[in-house]
Amino acid sequence: MADPILEVRDIRVEYPTPDGPARAVDRVSLAVHPGEFLGIVGESGCGKSTLLFAITQLLIPPARLAGGAILFKGQNLVQLSEGALRAVRWRDYSVVMQSAMNALNPVKTVAAQYADAMRGHGHADRVAIRARSREVLSLVGIDPVHLDSFPHQLSGGMRQRVMIAMALLLSPELIVMDEPTSALDVVAQRSLMAQIKTLQRSLGFAVIFVTHDMSLVGHFSDRLAVMYAGIIVEIGPTRRIFDSPGHPYTQGLLESFPSVYGPKIPLKGIPGSPPNMVMLPTGCRFHPRCAKVMERCSIDPPGLYEAEETSVRCFLHEAAVVGRA
Amino acid sequence: MRYVLRRLGFFVVTLWTAMTVNFFLPRLMPGNPAIAMMARFHGKLNGQALRAMEVAFGVNAQESLLVQYLSYLRNSATGHFGTSLTFFPNPVSEVVLSALPWTLGLVGVTTVIAFLLGTLIGMIGAWERGGWFDSILPPVFIVLSAFPYFWIALVSILIFSISLGWLPLGFAYTNGMKISFSWPFVGDVLAHAVLPGITIIVTSIGGWILTMRNNMIMTLAEDYVRMARAKGLSPMRIMMDYAGRNAILPNLSGFGMSLGLVVSGAILVEYVFSYPGVGYIMLQAVLNEDYPLMQTLFLIITLAVLLAILAVDAVTILLDPRTRAAS
Amino acid sequence: MNVAPSSAPEMRADGARFRLRFPGLGNLGRAILSNRKAMAGAIMLAIFIIMALVPGLIAPGTPGAELYPPGQGASFDHLLGTTSYGQDIFTQFIWGARASLVIAVVAGLLSTILSALIGVAAGYLPGMPDGILSLITDVFLVIPAFPLVVVIAAYSKSGGNLTIIAVLVVTGWAYGARQLRAQVLSLRNRDFLVAARLRGERTLRIIVSEILPNMTSLLVANFLGASVYAILTAAGLQFIGLGNVNTDSWGTMLYWAQNNEALQAGLPLWAIAPGFGIALLGGAFALLNYAFDEISNPALRPVRGRGGRSDP
Repeated sequence: MADPILEVRDIRVEYPTPDGPARAVDRVSLAVHPGEFLGIVGESGCGKSTLLFAITQLLIPPARLAGGAILFKGQNLVQLSEGALRAVRWRDYSVVMQSAMNALNPVKTVAAQYADAMRGHGHADRVAIRARSREVLSLVGIDPVHLDSFPHQLSGGMRQRVMIAMALLLSPELIVMDEPTSALDVVAQRSLMAQIKTLQRSLGFAVIFVTHDMSLVGHFSDRLAVMYAGIIVEIGPTRRIFDSPGHPYTQGLLESFPSVYGPKIPLKGIPGSPPNMVMLPTGCRFHPRCAKVMERCSIDPPGLYEAEETSVRCFLHEAAVVGRA
Repeated sequence: MRYVLRRLGFFVVTLWTAMTVNFFLPRLMPGNPAIAMMARFHGKLNGQALRAMEVAFGVNAQESLLVQYLSYLRNSATGHFGTSLTFFPNPVSEVVLSALPWTLGLVGVTTVIAFLLGTLIGMIGAWERGGWFDSILPPVFIVLSAFPYFWIALVSILIFSISLGWLPLGFAYTNGMKISFSWPFVGDVLAHAVLPGITIIVTSIGGWILTMRNNMIMTLAEDYVRMARAKGLSPMRIMMDYAGRNAILPNLSGFGMSLGLVVSGAILVEYVFSYPGVGYIMLQAVLNEDYPLMQTLFLIITLAVLLAILAVDAVTILLDPRTRAAS
Repeated sequence: MNVAPSSAPEMRADGARFRLRFPGLGNLGRAILSNRKAMAGAIMLAIFIIMALVPGLIAPGTPGAELYPPGQGASFDHLLGTTSYGQDIFTQFIWGARASLVIAVVAGLLSTILSALIGVAAGYLPGMPDGILSLITDVFLVIPAFPLVVVIAAYSKSGGNLTIIAVLVVTGWAYGARQLRAQVLSLRNRDFLVAARLRGERTLRIIVSEILPNMTSLLVANFLGASVYAILTAAGLQFIGLGNVNTDSWGTMLYWAQNNEALQAGLPLWAIAPGFGIALLGGAFALLNYAFDEISNPALRPVRGRGGRSDP
């Protein structure tokens, strides 16, 4: 495989609480290769959105990056100056957020917001900007006449597409998406995902896709990372994870939804609730809820062990002890 | 369009309420001040002028209350406000018109300056969070905004007029100077306007700074501001174009609503500085029990506030495309 | 197909923008103690309350007594000097706190009650009643308060504290009513209220036992704001002589000071002291008000140290 365009190494995100600092993201590492579709799944509050904002350097105080490196094409984004970072933004990687209604400036037209992004990166020719704006809109299937609309004048689905088109403006190599389809109905979701996938194949950008919807990401992603309580518990090719999930949590997730075909079996959820981020369980964070818990699990935290092409953070897979703790 | 009509309808209702208050209030008060006041006119006006006065003021013993009320409304709407007691024999309308420019100049200009300046400072203050700006200035301005306008006026007179002698201690221009558009006169007017103007700005700016700061802080947490950062836009553009333009909107509507308060403070400032604007004249009228003048000024002040609100509405429609859809 | 939903409270993990439901009067003490502005405001207020309750302990004597040599500057005998009439300014200052505080609290309370009655009714009742009440509220909001106050006070000859309070309440309720109405509107369609309606509870009971408890923070904020308004406007009225000029209050002190051209006569303290009193009393209420905002919305609190810049 080609060199990864994004390498996240050991990043930690903390924010202060009255009871001490909480680590929303605790030493997460992952890599994304050119043109790859990486999905990140987890429950609400597991830190996946925070991870996204940390990677894209969009954290808002009091949350802060407490350590680690974010290497984009070899350059550590954490060490870049403000100006250098601004030049990289949008041009090398862009962001799509969950709710376009909130992510688009309500008082500016679509065209103006597109032009802002382009002018911020040295494009000055109004005609060229306009042409490129029309181009990206048609890429997502929206009539360019809507360039002069305000966000509130568009429908929900259209707004999401407008946001996605905006992400394509400077032809970035990586687009990071934070649950961009959650606000849509199921039909619109599928259609939008299919469109994203098509665009990805034709334009060649990589995607990091954060969601809580397993089925959605299972269908469209190449690789999958499962997050729990601020850490990655399993990461590997999607097909492999779905066929034989390694971590008990992943197994629980996959068993939580019924299949349309197949025998009708009783639904199994995962008992308990995610831990308090300030008072984490000892040892493995998942052990209080794990069906396969062993004595060791409450004492030592497991490392990331490789099983075939997947890495699993569980003592059950300790056989091949490779990887970081 | 319907929105505009509804607004105008509201304004008419408000003006009508003010006129009705003017008409009925003296009648409801113990001692019926209206009748008492009319008695004082008896000695001064002859038959026809007196009758005109009675009609203008709506005090006419021969007609029923309803008829008097209606004719009072009609007179008010057409600008017949009667004769002033304090500035006898000038008609009230004349007195009001001569005082209006001074107030518009002083109060109008300084209020707008205070709003714009305060909004700007509040915006920058929220942007640069965490410094001394954020911890010290808000409490300072909170307390400052609780200072009565007129007291600040008194203190500034004490310091700048009496002790230091830099600025005149009252009136709009030096007594005896000819009113003209010549430089000496304009300069004199400006010199007289400095202290009252600064008083108004200093006392009202605190509120704008604080509300804009709070609005801005909430706006800065919005997704579209984060998105603007993600796009790599310059901080100035984010602060002004994405955050500022949205944060100012609730402030604008607050501006309209608070004009009543601004007017209140301005009246007292005019009083302290003997500045011959609408507020000062109104207080003179009160002290002289010159009810026709007082009532009319009340009406005019209400009208001015309504017009200002209308202007603010227009600006809001300009700045916020969502309201255009509604109207 | 979603992952089993977590039962942990929803919170944006990067800490940005989460709202604390205001704790309710029980936690009030704790909240005040933890906020510097609230502490400052509370202490100032406490000082004034003491001044109002036992003025004789601090400044024995009668404030209006013209016993002393007139026109004296500050001295050990007369901490703030004497007026042109030979009254001790310090005594007047201490005794004047009572009138101002009483007016502020009574007018603030009555104003808030009126705002609550009209605002909540307007917000909860649908259609026509809301329309009428809202119209009345807006009209009173727009009509400039002080001119109206002056007009009313001008007609009423007695002009005592009672008149002032009445006039303040009549002109000051509109702002709070509007805010409360907006709050009720936003609460109205929340699930717990729909449930109450479905249970068949009577409207009045719903308002009192379900809605009002959720609005305590707004009601308190209203009271504080109304008090500031009352203090300043009452002072203004008394200053121009529309109050009862024989009462002991800071506003009337200012009136007499202005009448005797205190500033020019070299007796600035006569005017400065009462003005300062008004300012600080109003400031105490204002600080408490602002602190309440911060307590119920943590995002507004000052960010300590570390720069905390929110820009990229």
